[in-house]
Amino acid sequence: MSRWWKAEIGLPLALLMPAILFLGLFIALPSVQALLLAAQAPDGSWSGEPFRRMLADTRFMPALRNTLVLIALVIPLQLALALTMALIAQSRRRGAGFFLYVYAIPLAISELAAGLVWLAIFTERGYLNVVLRALGLIQRPIIFLSYEHPIGILLAVVIAEVWRATAIVMVTLVAGLQMILGEYWEAAEVFGANLAQKLRYVVLPLLRPSLQAALIIRTLFAFQTFAVVVALGGGVLPVLASEAYVWYAGAHNPHVAAAYSLIILALSALVTGFYLYVLRVHPEEMGR
Amino acid sequence: MRTRRLWALFTVALILSLACQPAAPPTPTPTAPPPPAAPSPTPPPPTPTPPPKPVLFLSTQLRPVEEAEKMRNVILKPFGAPVEFIPEDEGPFHDRIRAEIQAGKVTVDVVGALHGNFVTLLKDNALEDLTPLMERLKDRPMISQFAELGKLGTDRQYCIPWMQATYILAINKKALDYLPAGADVNALTWDQLRQWGENIHKATGERRLGFPLGPKGLIHRFVQGYLYPSYTGAFVTTYKSPEAVEMWKSFKALWEHVNPQSTTYDFMQEPLLAEEVWIAWDHTARLVNAFKERPEDFIAAPVPAGPKGRGFMPVLACLGIVKGAPNREGAEALIEFLTRPETQLTILREVAFFPVLDIPMPADMPAHVRIEGEAVVKQSGAQDAIPALLPVGLGGKAGEFNKVNRDTLERIVLKGEDIEKVLQEEAAKLQAILNETGAACWPPDPPSTGPCQVR
Repeated sequence: MSRWWKAEIGLPLALLMPAILFLGLFIALPSVQALLLAAQAPDGSWSGEPFRRMLADTRFMPALRNTLVLIALVIPLQLALALTMALIAQSRRRGAGFFLYVYAIPLAISELAAGLVWLAIFTERGYLNVVLRALGLIQRPIIFLSYEHPIGILLAVVIAEVWRATAIVMVTLVAGLQMILGEYWEAAEVFGANLAQKLRYVVLPLLRPSLQAALIIRTLFAFQTFAVVVALGGGVLPVLASEAYVWYAGAHNPHVAAAYSLIILALSALVTGFYLYVLRVHPEEMGR
Repeated sequence: MRTRRLWALFTVALILSLACQPAAPPTPTPTAPPPPAAPSPTPPPPTPTPPPKPVLFLSTQLRPVEEAEKMRNVILKPFGAPVEFIPEDEGPFHDRIRAEIQAGKVTVDVVGALHGNFVTLLKDNALEDLTPLMERLKDRPMISQFAELGKLGTDRQYCIPWMQATYILAINKKALDYLPAGADVNALTWDQLRQWGENIHKATGERRLGFPLGPKGLIHRFVQGYLYPSYTGAFVTTYKSPEAVEMWKSFKALWEHVNPQSTTYDFMQEPLLAEEVWIAWDHTARLVNAFKERPEDFIAAPVPAGPKGRGFMPVLACLGIVKGAPNREGAEALIEFLTRPETQLTILREVAFFPVLDIPMPADMPAHVRIEGEAVVKQSGAQDAIPALLPVGLGGKAGEFNKVNRDTLERIVLKGEDIEKVLQEEAAKLQAILNETGAACWPPDPPSTGPCQVR
């Protein structure tokens, strides 16, 4: 009995303990605290006030909409790009490995720094306008980041986000590809499959576990994006995370900020569930 | 075998790393008494005084990294004793003081904050009475209105004036070519500023007025102390008055000549230096780099006036001592040091906050300080000046209050929503905050007995 207990329960539990402790302390506990904060009025009594104030805020709906629009634009673009980049980096051409390092450079840059880099590019006296003017394409600088056409700010954010965070998707996919490429790829070649067919029937299905992981990670981070949005758009393009920040740091109201963070939590859980379901990996596929 | 060797290596590494660590402060242990110091060949140091106790200085002012560094490395250097200068946002600032007072374990000695924060500190019963200290500082030509403000409406001195600042206009000299006929740069009206922006817009095709509407910009101060007082003569009480409606209409007209990137501007000195804007309103400390880097290209001017006068916000920062401060002596010495005329001039030179003492500006002051200084003097001395205080007594709610002002401007000016509807809705939010905090009206609003009321 005690031996069985040790082997079947004790050991796994001991091995899981560091992860459980970590997740409990840094994820579960803060989540519960956020939940409590969001359900309290500033005087500490139970109240629906934080949620009421969040919903009544004129910036809530735009923030929700912008967050979803950004994710809908950024994620598919990143996925397609990351897959291409991963395939290039993993191809057997000479010097392909070099690309892996180049692609990974943005990984080392913080979100805010990336936002400022792109601000320096898109602003009125920024690099893009200087180049366009030097080429004689424009007479006077174009104002890309104007509240009058938020679509310009949105596109700038999409570009900055794609540049900044595609690498993390790529790294996950490269890891997945390294397990596939080789005999499967060669077998497909032997059977005369072209690139599209190889992608469709060999790479994508076998890559499903990596895709799932990459999509979940990336989408979760996308819900938290805000430094790039704030740097490029100021308050013109509110997203859920930036509103949580404004309520916490600007208005010093942690209760409404917690309500926002709970919305982010709920959406994240929903999307993760969706990915897990759509990209579910059957047990027989695991044992390849 | 292999493991054993690894262990041996590990142990050696551990011993080495311990041996190489910087020497720990000597702790008296029974086994190793300190070596006798008597027979030393060199003469002993003249005064073996114990090192002075450090002073903990918590401040909501000089928060930007460069300013905080100047404070630590230049301004506080001649003080002698170590000072731990900790800049902190307003919310966490009040939270920390409140928590320390409640826990009965005070670590902060000196607080530096805006006059409005001190009202909240006093409400939290967190301030020592500094009347005796103020008495000892009598030799300093303290500006009397500031000293009076420092009593926070009581007969005791709780806040000792530290430094002042305000908001002015910075103007690129290129803009002067387009100044409307008959307008005086030093006595503009808002209408003339709109005309000026329009002239530039028409001539160059570009919108050259600028306001700090970025996430860290101070546009709410513009609404509170400049726009409303100039057009309505007050702020809270007239928040949704007919004059306010007219005011927003004319400000919208002016906004047509404002650079639409203003929503990304935090400190106006940057777009001024990049020449994205030619005329900008901002805090003196956030414009100063423009004057510092290119004093030949920029001038400073008082803010424009509206129908009711020239609303402007003198910003007073104060020093105080926390009740039960662990180093009261050091705290008083620090306040004495910071209010010395020479320290006040160092502050002016380094971080561009103006003295609270009535002292002449030395001739060797750098150009940027003189440019700003002249505009500040003209502004506060203008015949039609309406000084507006920063919100008083809002404590931790000041941030939400500012958000209401900012939201009002964004909804009306950026989103083009119906002015009267926005004013009704936002005034209700303003009133809720005032009721919650019980804040009475502050100038230029007429004094109130209960919480200030929007009319």
